[in-house]
Amino acid sequence: MKPFQFIRPDSADTALDAISAENAKFMGGGTNLVDLMKLQVETPDSVVDIHRIDMGGFSETEESGLRIGADVTNTALANHPKVRKDYRVLSEALLSGATAQLRNRATTGGNFLQRTRCYYFMDTTRPCNKREPGSGCAALDGPSRIHAILGASDHCIATHPSDMAVAMAALDAQLHTRKPGGENRTIAATELHRLPGDTPNIETVLDSDELIESVTLPQPIGGTHIYRKVRDRSSYAFALVSAALVLKIHDGKIETVRLALGGVAHKPWRAAKAEKCLAGAEANDENFRAAAEAELADANSKGDQTFKIELTKRTIVAALSEAADRENAA
Amino acid sequence: MTSLTINGRAVELDADSRTTLLDALREHLKLTGSKKGCDHGQCGACTVLLDGERVNACLVLFAGCEGQDVTTIEGLKEGDDIGAMQRAFVSHDAFQCGYCTPGQICSAVATLKEVERGDASAVTGGDQIELTRLEVQERMSGNLCRCGAYNNIVDAVMDAGGEPVDAEAGR
Amino acid sequence: MNDIIKGKWIGKPLDRVDGPLKVSGEAAYAAEHDIDAAIGFIVESTIANGSVSSIDISKAEKVEGVIAVLTHENAPKMKPWGDGADDRFQQSHGVLVDAAIRHYGQPVALVVAETLEQARYAAILISVIYDEKTPKLGIDRDDSELADGIDGGLEETNRRGDFEKAWGESDLTVDLNFTTPHMIQAAMEPHAAIAEWDGDRLTVHNSTQVIDWGVGCLANTFGIDKNNIRLLSPYIGGGFGSKLGQHYETILAAAAAKKLDRPVKVVQTRRNLFHDGPHRSRIEQRIRLGATKDGTLKAINFETWSTQAIGHPFTEGPMASAANAYRCDALHWTGKTRETNETINDSMRAPGEALGGITFEAAIDELAEKVGMDPLEFRLKNEPAEDPASGKPFATRDLVDCLKKGAEAFGWDARPKEPRSRMEGRKLIGYGLASAIRGNMMMEGSCQIDLSSSGHLTVRMDMTDIGTGTYTILTQIAAEALGLHPDDITVELADSDNPTTSGSGGSFGAGTSGSALWNACIAMREKLAKAGGFNIDPDGIAFDEGAMQAGDRSVPLRDVLKDSDGFSAEGSIEPGDEHDDYVQNSYGAHFCEVAVDIDTCEVEVRRFVSVFSAGRILNRKTARSQCLGGLVWGIGGALREELWLDERTGGYVNRDLAEYHLAVNRDVPQCEVIFLENPDPKSNPIGTKGIGELALCGAGGAIVNAIYNATGKRVYDLPVTLDKLM
Repeated sequence: MKPFQFIRPDSADTALDAISAENAKFMGGGTNLVDLMKLQVETPDSVVDIHRIDMGGFSETEESGLRIGADVTNTALANHPKVRKDYRVLSEALLSGATAQLRNRATTGGNFLQRTRCYYFMDTTRPCNKREPGSGCAALDGPSRIHAILGASDHCIATHPSDMAVAMAALDAQLHTRKPGGENRTIAATELHRLPGDTPNIETVLDSDELIESVTLPQPIGGTHIYRKVRDRSSYAFALVSAALVLKIHDGKIETVRLALGGVAHKPWRAAKAEKCLAGAEANDENFRAAAEAELADANSKGDQTFKIELTKRTIVAALSEAADRENAA
Repeated sequence: MTSLTINGRAVELDADSRTTLLDALREHLKLTGSKKGCDHGQCGACTVLLDGERVNACLVLFAGCEGQDVTTIEGLKEGDDIGAMQRAFVSHDAFQCGYCTPGQICSAVATLKEVERGDASAVTGGDQIELTRLEVQERMSGNLCRCGAYNNIVDAVMDAGGEPVDAEAGR
Repeated sequence: MNDIIKGKWIGKPLDRVDGPLKVSGEAAYAAEHDIDAAIGFIVESTIANGSVSSIDISKAEKVEGVIAVLTHENAPKMKPWGDGADDRFQQSHGVLVDAAIRHYGQPVALVVAETLEQARYAAILISVIYDEKTPKLGIDRDDSELADGIDGGLEETNRRGDFEKAWGESDLTVDLNFTTPHMIQAAMEPHAAIAEWDGDRLTVHNSTQVIDWGVGCLANTFGIDKNNIRLLSPYIGGGFGSKLGQHYETILAAAAAKKLDRPVKVVQTRRNLFHDGPHRSRIEQRIRLGATKDGTLKAINFETWSTQAIGHPFTEGPMASAANAYRCDALHWTGKTRETNETINDSMRAPGEALGGITFEAAIDELAEKVGMDPLEFRLKNEPAEDPASGKPFATRDLVDCLKKGAEAFGWDARPKEPRSRMEGRKLIGYGLASAIRGNMMMEGSCQIDLSSSGHLTVRMDMTDIGTGTYTILTQIAAEALGLHPDDITVELADSDNPTTSGSGGSFGAGTSGSALWNACIAMREKLAKAGGFNIDPDGIAFDEGAMQAGDRSVPLRDVLKDSDGFSAEGSIEPGDEHDDYVQNSYGAHFCEVAVDIDTCEVEVRRFVSVFSAGRILNRKTARSQCLGGLVWGIGGALREELWLDERTGGYVNRDLAEYHLAVNRDVPQCEVIFLENPDPKSNPIGTKGIGELALCGAGGAIVNAIYNATGKRVYDLPVTLDKLM
């Protein structure tokens, strides 16, 4: 780990002052940043510790949604009564991720920005276009069980590892950011992350000095919430594939469907094609499978991860079937 | 200089900015009870309580702990005797080599507190939380045990949490 | 049969005597001894074959706090790798001896600094230019040779009976090819060492399963006398074979300490350890079995191909699971290997049977299905009268009892008769079973005991406790033999100044060290009896509650001790003729239930019932824990664990505990462990047999057989991850 200056500002304003230093990096819980600094993958000259800055916590928004300070821990977010009640898919996604120890530390803002688990990204002796643009991608021809099947490129087949961000994408969450000088903007959770293209090193639309201050969830939409995570062990593992689903059925027909996928792409993957197939359709296995096929029509893999194409389809169908059963029972 | 409280004692240490809480404990403060199993938040052996909540000490920068309160395995003793959870681990043989054990015990103490407080886990179905074996298993899954003492760890946590344990445990 | 053991202490579920130290964080593991040491950090090779053509350490040397950087150009003299001994554990482990690279991750430098942060940072500033050659990697059946013996004492070939004839006479056959993956022991404590020199005398604190081998290795590496080495390992954070020998951290700590003339500590990082320590290599297995229509097993042929690291001869033998299991007319096996640039391949808990217990037991199930017999019935029918591999008699044999008892306790009758025939919701349910057999080994060992005038007994030997409970069972043995309370006994282990034992490995530790202690106690009883004025065979004297009693005469030990200087005795053990004349095994049977998600094919192990027969049980609590641990390894081995070799480099890509999946707590159901306690006098004086590895043998076999029963799908390429069931 390279020597760095450690800065612990006491407010968002002073944090934004500090981030203007050369090669400075915000640190939320540090669960990913410190991990990667030890591997020399992250090499900031200054670490701006924003973990204990009060960013306003929770509040109900004017539109009866929920505002979440970016410093809110994953534990606090998962257990917030309104999240448990109205945004259950988010709570389930958070609780399926990592461990209590990590969730106690990890923040809402930081979780969005965690980096890929690609083996080659984490090994500085191997080529990686994300870590070192132009060096190549060692994953393309190597063991690649955990890699992408949607939206990948010849430059990068890494996946985004977050569970939380998948649920946020399904729930149409919005991020609110601020830059030094006061410039602020709102970014849809679905638009935060980029596909790799030929610049996999640029992972999000954020500027390096842009601070996520809060996240808002729109008004609750009801329905059945399911986060289905498929992984190589029953706990404490990243998703091979996950599905965040909100489903509402009325008179046997799908009235509302929100579906996002994790573990399959460089970003949380909002399954717009599947949603389009399902909207207004009858809730049955045939339609569920058709929607899954439509979403994965462009899926692509030459490597070990090919099985994830079929697995994703099955996961979508399983989540929809379970949600439909619960809707019908309600 | 970072000032904090460790096991009820005020501590000041001028550490390298790169020093983690775990390395501060083990290398500088002679508190080697917290273990380094992976140094990347992937095993749980370094679990300590930071302001009462369990965290992986290997991923916490020491300099960020200014003013915070740390409890390590050494702080779970009750006077000269081992504490209740520690006793439960001994009587249920909830460890073998003992290396993951301090982290398991810190995690177990936190588990009971989290259940008591009503924190949910990935296996919590409704809104009522009970100390079932499955709940303990999920909540303790952030602590790897290569010796494979998991059954006995669940017994120990259930026992310390006041639940009846139907364990053989050689008795 | 040993008549002295009444079971007052032996067998009792005593809490671990070292428990309070371990749960309070006070037990000092290898890196935790309070010695003011400089910190070393290993720089590993990023090629698997070739040599270092140049290495630039100038930037690293300038880092604040850096004391030295060791490379092959300036390291203290060590003997070349492999010098000095034939066995792989005691041969020289010289490193930085020359520029040659044999495997990925081999250390090319050691940075020594005042702090870990400084050393770790300086390590990344070292740049190495390699002369790289294409590494030889992987199994190649056409480029393999017969192994020079197989681990666990098996010959590389076995040719009992006429296989071709028996195969030809078989009505039903299976011819199956299995692969088992690269795996790693992954003890929770990464390898660590603190070394210091006092002139020519070297003291090392590290994490070592077998102290005497470690001393031998250090002596051969540094060219010094064994008497000038002290190796200590009082608490060991798990071994599982990975700490049988010495590894780079120890050699480098000792080398750096010598060069700097101050203590040096080297702790392996978890990531480095995937390459710098031993692992288990991938193995290909071909199993051919034949039976007649009535279910009589006729022919077994078990062939394996594996790899071994350069300069580290070791061949694992999954065929061990077939060696002593079932009757047959012909039992042939062949173990072949290939020397490659892969990282060091060595023992991992239950080497041989851990793998054969999956593959061979799966093949047996497949044959039973072809015959049309229940897998339990098939195994019972083929119970051998003598050892199928050698024709020798068995010392004891209770596999059938284990199978029957387990079947009843589990409710085997309720097994789904047809594969893929039972569903609960969207889950397929299956039952599976497997036999467990593990060779029972004894080694040589000796022990010193001292009874003070105040009545406190100290037991000394270089035996280790790797979590198995050795401190506790030795306490119980001494308490039983001498009639002392455990509180009056201190066991001091894992110090090379103590009498030599086998250490821990191959499940031989408790039997060997326990028997040496037992014999020391017998000698002590004689001395005490004489001092107490008894003129009869000491075996006829009851030692209990701190007194000797025979007939109506009772003499408190304190009366004998109070005016004495205390009493000392020694004891030793070596394997008796019974280990040549008989085939010795521990036995067991596993029964499990799995649920397989019909959509995603995730496998949940729901229930486990296992029955074990391992001679006399010394402590029912710690023995049960050993067995529970074995079942967890069975789950991990069958379903989770696999290292992925990058064939372009010779390194493993998933070299961390996030992506190399050990079983977690939630993966493991509540398991039931049942012991058949049959002390075996042919094994050793205390009638024990190895138990540390037994439970792992066949545990994975029961799981894969249950998965087949649930899904109708058999996976030959382990582990059974969900993609292979889709």
